[in-house]
Amino acid sequence: MSVDAKTVRKIAHLARLEVAEERLAPLADELNGILHWIEQLNEVDVEGVAPMASVEDVSTPVRQDIVNDGNIRDDVLANAPRTEEGFFVMPKAVE
Amino acid sequence: MFTAERVADKSDWITTETGDWEIIIGLEIHAQVASKAKLFSGAATEYGAEPNTQVSLVDAAMPGLLPVLNEYCVEQAVRTGMGMKAQINAFSRFDRKNYFYPDLPQGYQISQLYHPIVGEGEMLVELGDGEAITVGIERLHLEQDAGKSIHDLDPNATYVDLNRCGVALMEIVSKPDMRSAREAAAYVRKLRALVRYLGTCDGDMEKGNLRADVNVSVRRPGGDLGTRCEIKNLNSMRFIQHAIEYEARRQIEILEDGGEIDQETRLYNTDTGETRTMRSKEDAHDYRYFPDPDLLPVKLSKEWLDNVAADLPELPDEKKIRYVKDFGLSDYDASVLVSDREKAAYYEEVADGNDKKLAANWVLNEVFGKLNKENVEINDCPVSSAANKAIVGMISDDVISGKIAKQVFEICWTEGGEPTAIVEERGLKQVTDTGAIEAMIDDIIAANPDQAAKVKDKPKTLGWFVGQVMQASKGKANPQAVNKLLREKLLD
Amino acid sequence: MSALNDLTLAGALKGLAAKDFSSRELTQAHLDAMGAAGQLNAYLVTTAERALTMADASDARRANAKTGPLDGIPLGIKDLFCTKGVRTTAGSKILGDFTPPYESTVSANLWRDGAVMLGKLNMDEFAMGSSNENSAFGPVVNPWRANGETQALVPGGSSGGSAAAVAANLCLGATATDTGGSIRQPASFTGTVGVKPTYGRCSRYGIVAFASSLDQAGPITRTVEDAAIMLRSMSGYDPKDSTSINADVPDFAAACTRSLKGLRIGIPKEYRVEGMPAEIEKIWADGIDWLRAEGCEIVDVSLPHTQYALPAYYIIAPAEASSNLARYDGMRYGVRVDGADLTETYEKSRGAGFGEEVRRRIMIGAYVLSAGFYDAYYIRAQKVRARIAEDFNAVFTQCDALLTPTAPSAAFGINAKFNDPIKMYLNDIFTVTANLAGLPGISVPASLDSSGLPLGLQVIGKAMDEETCFAVGGALERAAGFNAKPGKWW
Repeated sequence: MSVDAKTVRKIAHLARLEVAEERLAPLADELNGILHWIEQLNEVDVEGVAPMASVEDVSTPVRQDIVNDGNIRDDVLANAPRTEEGFFVMPKAVE
Repeated sequence: MFTAERVADKSDWITTETGDWEIIIGLEIHAQVASKAKLFSGAATEYGAEPNTQVSLVDAAMPGLLPVLNEYCVEQAVRTGMGMKAQINAFSRFDRKNYFYPDLPQGYQISQLYHPIVGEGEMLVELGDGEAITVGIERLHLEQDAGKSIHDLDPNATYVDLNRCGVALMEIVSKPDMRSAREAAAYVRKLRALVRYLGTCDGDMEKGNLRADVNVSVRRPGGDLGTRCEIKNLNSMRFIQHAIEYEARRQIEILEDGGEIDQETRLYNTDTGETRTMRSKEDAHDYRYFPDPDLLPVKLSKEWLDNVAADLPELPDEKKIRYVKDFGLSDYDASVLVSDREKAAYYEEVADGNDKKLAANWVLNEVFGKLNKENVEINDCPVSSAANKAIVGMISDDVISGKIAKQVFEICWTEGGEPTAIVEERGLKQVTDTGAIEAMIDDIIAANPDQAAKVKDKPKTLGWFVGQVMQASKGKANPQAVNKLLREKLLD
Repeated sequence: MSALNDLTLAGALKGLAAKDFSSRELTQAHLDAMGAAGQLNAYLVTTAERALTMADASDARRANAKTGPLDGIPLGIKDLFCTKGVRTTAGSKILGDFTPPYESTVSANLWRDGAVMLGKLNMDEFAMGSSNENSAFGPVVNPWRANGETQALVPGGSSGGSAAAVAANLCLGATATDTGGSIRQPASFTGTVGVKPTYGRCSRYGIVAFASSLDQAGPITRTVEDAAIMLRSMSGYDPKDSTSINADVPDFAAACTRSLKGLRIGIPKEYRVEGMPAEIEKIWADGIDWLRAEGCEIVDVSLPHTQYALPAYYIIAPAEASSNLARYDGMRYGVRVDGADLTETYEKSRGAGFGEEVRRRIMIGAYVLSAGFYDAYYIRAQKVRARIAEDFNAVFTQCDALLTPTAPSAAFGINAKFNDPIKMYLNDIFTVTANLAGLPGISVPASLDSSGLPLGLQVIGKAMDEETCFAVGGALERAAGFNAKPGKWW
């Protein structure tokens, strides 16, 4: 499998990364180099192996249904580039 | 279980110049778990707070902050699954659904794609008049709600409130088993009743605590399935039905003009009743789901599941069967009574120690009739179930007649008071003393000798005498006794 | 008497306890050394005022005999750990002036035990890198130079600032994190001790996430005992991290002098890689001899899937990172670069805010998770990960710990590998397996190579058995008698 400039553009958009037009092709080459190297995994016999998402084999710990957080609006908004009347303010989004 | 082959009832077909069409509908219901705290943080879920006050640093996706699962939400999802008679998965896991949007601070929604907590099930959905359909349940999974984007406070900016962000939702996905807006509404109603019975969701559609995404496609009756469109975020029964009907007609028009349906997400405009393309979804999304590495799998032990199952309340379907079998109620009456947890509870309080059928008739006709007429919710009914229990008891015991009972109910409704005391104080007790009734009858016969003589030839005129006696007794004479005595005196 | 910042952490604790000096004096000595070490670029932020306030508070506690296990000890904090009220950058421009209103659990544990914060340490951006050249704030320079050379060398990465600061006596110990080798490889490059504990031993709460299933915090110090003392304070169950392990924290320091008699040490043959410098072969052989002399049984073992660990890592880590780094969108914190619309604002903010390597890994991560490639890349990598974990389970029936080199080379020159990602990635070839399997590992300086640069040996233990790592590490340290220090040129 290898990526071309078009795929790079698509992936960059999915990841919301601006990539200059002239960088698309070189980036594709770089990614192909890495992906090619990664593909040596195809040599491994993984028949019947369960994918391992975590090294831990216990059930996820749980909280009780208790309200013990929130009411910290100043902290929540403190680092925001722009706020108004307790809201985060962001560029216009379309529905 | 997928019942694509089921063809809609003919009365649900849409007939145009080119022929008949049927609608295929599947629903994704988002039911907010009735928890105090959010799915992965300790912030409150309460409705209507000041913006961004019910937000923890976890909800705001501050760097390095991590989710921890609220066990209560897991339990409610399992209970709901059990209520739907669905497969409960002892192993489930949370996945990340990746996309960018202002009200999604993490840049992903924590959801369950690959291993939902609840798998397949089915629900019997009554359509009224004894008709019912079976709607297959595909899955129920837990996920985080998003925050709220407000687009109309500033023409050039979107304001974001994260109070809702991270609130636990149960997404309940049906199979495409509905064939009309009416069926879809009945399904939502049934599901809403179920979660309310279980207390897993308050079912408040106005607040958006229960809302539906509706998948609609059309086909020639029994033909191949068409391309579907998803209409997002419908938060009333009326909108669900209108949106389906509008969308079906829109699709039919396109198809009849030789066009094709684009599989897309659409929004319903509550003012115009139309649906339109959701612009932000234009570029095909690739959500890149993968298991959330901040959380471990949810493994439910048999013991834990058994405990949850043991604590389930009686559910509408079981309750209905009991009403029909043990109480001898009609299927229809039982359905109406169990349609709502509060109504059923109210009925059972009235029926307690009374004749069940009589209690059912009383509650359905008098109590619910009055509530409907006055547009009052059962919880706000001014006449308590205990008062109605007393009234029904007095009817059974021949203390008052049905007619007087209605009068007593009216007094209770408008003035309040305890029914037995009202009957006592106002002298509304039925006269069953045959001597007293006989005396009244004798007086009336004596005053109307001609009429009395005719009764033998025209037995129907006996009714006139009954009326006279009831009038003389101010409605308190026992009607059976009056009838019996009049027959003896005038017909025998 | 040598300068106070030349002490070991354990030595400083003794001196403080004996009232030979105050925490304020000890702290000031470090602040002075830091002030003179600007050329190393190890610290991004110096919190002098806070440090002295904390030191004074420690001295007051000591006067009242109410001290914690790290009381008065000045430490550096990798800038991946969120510190309340102190700008935290993760080595990235994208966080702007982000000032967390919260403290990471690990750093909070250190303050609870009385430690003093000197400042925030430079690092590869979002902990992605093996040379510290990926910092948005310029590379950290290794205090070590080859004999007679003046060429600047990398300190390793991503915890390059931590390792350099410890090596140059700019703190008594530093926090670090390790996702694929980011504690152990820089420790090896700087002649310091670095410990990556078992996954889950230290809470990840408040540590800017790189790859959640692999990230683990640990200490970098100048001695094995120092690392043991510091790790004990850093560790512990945290209900705010779902992957934190609920287990008691042992007295790691006590394990450092434990007898090794009868301990079985595995030597994995797959770690003898092609092109490995003879000097590394040599110190590995020395390490084996030292342990044999301590009464260990040396066992040849095989970890057959070793060579697949790095490629699997370069799917799993970028995949998790691509998602973990989605929150840096310029909306709630950090840098926002306005575009014509929301999407463009996202793209410009992230395009400008992330450095090249971070963008590269986000791209790889997004690609391997995207529709049609998830099974071929991501799921396969997880299966290979399972194979690697099985390998370790199997060898741990034959031995109690593994001995390997830490890195395939000594420190290299700045810019030497910067433009060759795969060459750079291969730095982690010996360390990344422990991350994939969640196992504890320690790197201990063993000797200097012929050009006078330090080389480390790694001990990998069973899950939750850091104590054996410390015991073996302690023995290696004693046997190696490593006490070289970089000549001060800065």
